[in-house]
Amino acid sequence: MDTRTIDRSHMQVTDEVAIQISAMNKWYGQFHVLRDINMTVYRGERIVVCGPSGSGKSTLIRCINRLEEHQSGQIIVDGTELSSDLKNIDKVRSEVGMVFQHFNLFPHLTILENCTLAPIWVRKVPKKEAEETAMHFLHKVKIPEQAHKYPGQLSGGQQQRVAIARSLCMRPRIMLFDEPTSALDPEMIKEVLDTMIQLAEEGMTMICVTHEMGFAQAVANRVIFMDQGQIVEQNEPREFFNNPQSDRTKLFLSQILGH
Amino acid sequence: MANRNASYVRTQMLAPQSPPTSQIGAIRWMRENLFDGWISTVLTVLSILAIGALVSGLWPWLSNSIWNARNLTHCREILAGEPGACWAVINDRWLQLFFGFYPSDLYWRPVLAFVLLFVAIAPVLFPSVPRKVLAFSLAYPFLGVWLLWGGSVWGVTVAAAGFGVGYLALRLTRSAGTLVSTLAAIIAPVLWWLFLAVPVSGFLSGFAPLAIRSVPSREFGGFLISIVIGVSGIVLSLPLGVLLALGRRSSMPLIKSISVVFIEFVRGVPLITLLFTASLLLNYFLPPGTNFDLILRVIIMVTLFAAAYMAEVIRGGLAALPRGQFEAADALGLDYWKAQRLIIMPQALKISIPGIVNTFIGLFKDTTLVVFIGILDPIGLASAIRANSDWQGIYWELFLFIGAVFFIFCFGMSRYSMHLERRLKTDHR
Repeated sequence: MDTRTIDRSHMQVTDEVAIQISAMNKWYGQFHVLRDINMTVYRGERIVVCGPSGSGKSTLIRCINRLEEHQSGQIIVDGTELSSDLKNIDKVRSEVGMVFQHFNLFPHLTILENCTLAPIWVRKVPKKEAEETAMHFLHKVKIPEQAHKYPGQLSGGQQQRVAIARSLCMRPRIMLFDEPTSALDPEMIKEVLDTMIQLAEEGMTMICVTHEMGFAQAVANRVIFMDQGQIVEQNEPREFFNNPQSDRTKLFLSQILGH
Repeated sequence: MANRNASYVRTQMLAPQSPPTSQIGAIRWMRENLFDGWISTVLTVLSILAIGALVSGLWPWLSNSIWNARNLTHCREILAGEPGACWAVINDRWLQLFFGFYPSDLYWRPVLAFVLLFVAIAPVLFPSVPRKVLAFSLAYPFLGVWLLWGGSVWGVTVAAAGFGVGYLALRLTRSAGTLVSTLAAIIAPVLWWLFLAVPVSGFLSGFAPLAIRSVPSREFGGFLISIVIGVSGIVLSLPLGVLLALGRRSSMPLIKSISVVFIEFVRGVPLITLLFTASLLLNYFLPPGTNFDLILRVIIMVTLFAAAYMAEVIRGGLAALPRGQFEAADALGLDYWKAQRLIIMPQALKISIPGIVNTFIGLFKDTTLVVFIGILDPIGLASAIRANSDWQGIYWELFLFIGAVFFIFCFGMSRYSMHLERRLKTDHR
């Protein structure tokens, strides 16, 4: 993907469980979108989820912070089980950061306000402190000079980096990325991936739905392949790409790497 | 490739030049907008002729305006057969058109209330006004009511204290959960207003009788009543409309169906039937002897009517927001009310500004319908003035004047809404 060497000193997978999903099923009406998902994510893991469109990969990570409701099975995030209990949901959501394909920045607020809103209103952090934290993370994603602009004035890549900073301002222990680079022009993909790599280097637990196979090879410790609502195959990246087991995986890889 | 003959490729960059003279200034504007082809030329000529005919017809009438005359007959004597407007009726009766039968020695009270109204809405309309003025905005409804209707100062104070009681109930029951504290915050002030307000204000009046002369509702009239009903309706219908719009989108079946039934019912009947209900039918359902002010009843009906339209306008704004905004708010851990207040409503209301102001303007003009239930608004007063033998037979001058005053208010709202749209524009498209 790029020539940059990745600092792996902080990328350590511990044996502490961050997310535990067992026998989870989800339907959209009659459509069985996720079928018997079992998955354990350990603290410090960098997981890339890939698969053809409609395979349920986005739905899977959206279940982890309950943007989607699952109908059976169990999802435990940081020791909190997701059920219809609103308190648990809010607790999980404030611990889990999420980055969307279309950024979903709040267009009526400045970049700085986007980043301080949740810390101030959810975490009850004093405004001044929240602004300092926000500037810290805006520095980290390399756009502190845009703090007082509105999202509409920024490029797609910049907006996505702001979205990452906005999530980080809540000091999440887990980050979810839902196709973070799919809506970007090719020249902007790199700046967002660099930010994500930087995050991985700091030991963040990450689950990324992405088609950036270079990113998967560079930072992921595990690649999960989904098809028709099921986890078909998972392996560490080198094995996954060089020695795929199932026919479905082989076909998928030949299609996305074949050109 | 690079060596191929490419004479069209510039070797030297050109400096920008000014456009040809036929493409700038008034000539270009006229060519583009007035004489762009033969259809547009014909239409332009016809329009100029039509405007000319209108002005030449109206000009004698306006230029012969009579401002000072005792009555219409006097006007006609002065004009001696020439066409001319008799504005003397406005000169004679403008105070009545503005204040109705409000006691003339107390005119300062509605005027003061009107001036203070602008102080109260200033912090809401303009962010440059200090936020501390908002405290005055909250107190204004009670101050305004007291200035207009008069009476003991304790009546409105005790009524205002009801909100304090509600807040107190909310704070005291907070530990018992959201549902209990919400119910307490609603029930406690209602009990206060129903059972304690009258004895408490009576006791305080006996203690310190601070009162100004009271003016009964039947003496209100003219633009005073239009503005009282219009402003109260506008201020009350927006929050109610927001709640109804949210209710209609709620996932809770009971709240959703109550909202839908209310909106569809109120939108399904003409305002005039609601006003008749307020003035006539309501008395049958209230306990005998209840004195329920007619203006208050009209304000309630106008508010409910406008709120139903408002709800649909705001629902349109909510529907126009991308789903991602709701998801991002959720993903950051904001609860429902915080997400609504901080993320959803600021954007949905901004999208809905033209529709909201449309509803406001409609509401303000609809206040003239109260003439049918015997309230003397400007239209009602115009009839009353024409019933007087002095001014019998005068139409145009009265209605032009009333129309002009309404136009000033409505045009003001419209201009403000355009200013607001520009101010809130952050998308830089």
